[in-house]
Amino acid sequence: MSQSTWRMPRWFHQMGSPKWFYDIAGSLQPWFAVAAAVLLIWGSVWGLAFAPADYQQGNSFRIMYVHVPAAILSQSIFLTMALAGAVGLIWKIKVAFMVARSCIAIGATFTLIALLTGAIWGKPTWGAYWVWDARLTSTLVLLFLYAGVMALNQAISERQVAGKATAILAIVGTINIPIIKYSVEWWNTLHQTSSFTLTAKPSMPADMYLPLLLTVLGSYCVFALVVLVRTRAQILHTQSGTTWLIKHRDITGAT
Amino acid sequence: MYFESVNGLLNMAGHGPYVWSCYGLFFALIGINVWHARSQKMKALKRAQAMARRNQ
Repeated sequence: MSQSTWRMPRWFHQMGSPKWFYDIAGSLQPWFAVAAAVLLIWGSVWGLAFAPADYQQGNSFRIMYVHVPAAILSQSIFLTMALAGAVGLIWKIKVAFMVARSCIAIGATFTLIALLTGAIWGKPTWGAYWVWDARLTSTLVLLFLYAGVMALNQAISERQVAGKATAILAIVGTINIPIIKYSVEWWNTLHQTSSFTLTAKPSMPADMYLPLLLTVLGSYCVFALVVLVRTRAQILHTQSGTTWLIKHRDITGAT
Repeated sequence: MYFESVNGLLNMAGHGPYVWSCYGLFFALIGINVWHARSQKMKALKRAQAMARRNQ
């Protein structure tokens, strides 16, 4: 009797190879670095100096070009971390745990940026730096979740065990993501609804939303760059002394 | 440019300090993250190179 089994594509297993990941990440890194710099500078200059002022908020709305990307990335990175952790748990891929670990600091940074820039934006808009609003509170919980994942990861010296523990915490923590996303719809909040959705036409004119699109894309490039660099550092750390790494051009210095 | 002068751009009708501090925070924190990631990688590379030399 013939039995058909579903297999994961070849590239999926190749990504699990430290050597393959190290080389691919090394060749992608400069592209993400250039794209991040170009997109962030272009979007920021456009948003700061050329976009028209908002008819209600005046010039304080320009904070949106750094606040919204940070808020989007804080959630996307948490989901990526949980997904990488799940891949590590299911397929026992060590590189996936390394990717999850690489997400922690950059994710916490974007969450902190979203909270700080939101607080600064709150002062001229609401008259207060902080209100215990559902969106703000759930984002603060996200920062605490990142801190918890970071603490757990550093508390366990055995890397494999630390990877599994943080993956489980990250997966459980994803429950907070829909709470953040729908908090402005489920509860009566001061925070405005999403400025940007993938499904609907933007409510702003092109001169206002295109710089936002640039800074969001630029922030994704920063995320990709940092994850690639940090994962390569972990591969170097865990694979030092292995034959492939001893012969690698980065170690021998050959071009 | 939307503003009539550089002073107008810096002041943003009183919103300048709020706006500029947010951009400063954004780029400073991202810069620190990229720099830290890169320094971790360089440290790991030097360690791997030293280990490879010892094994030769």
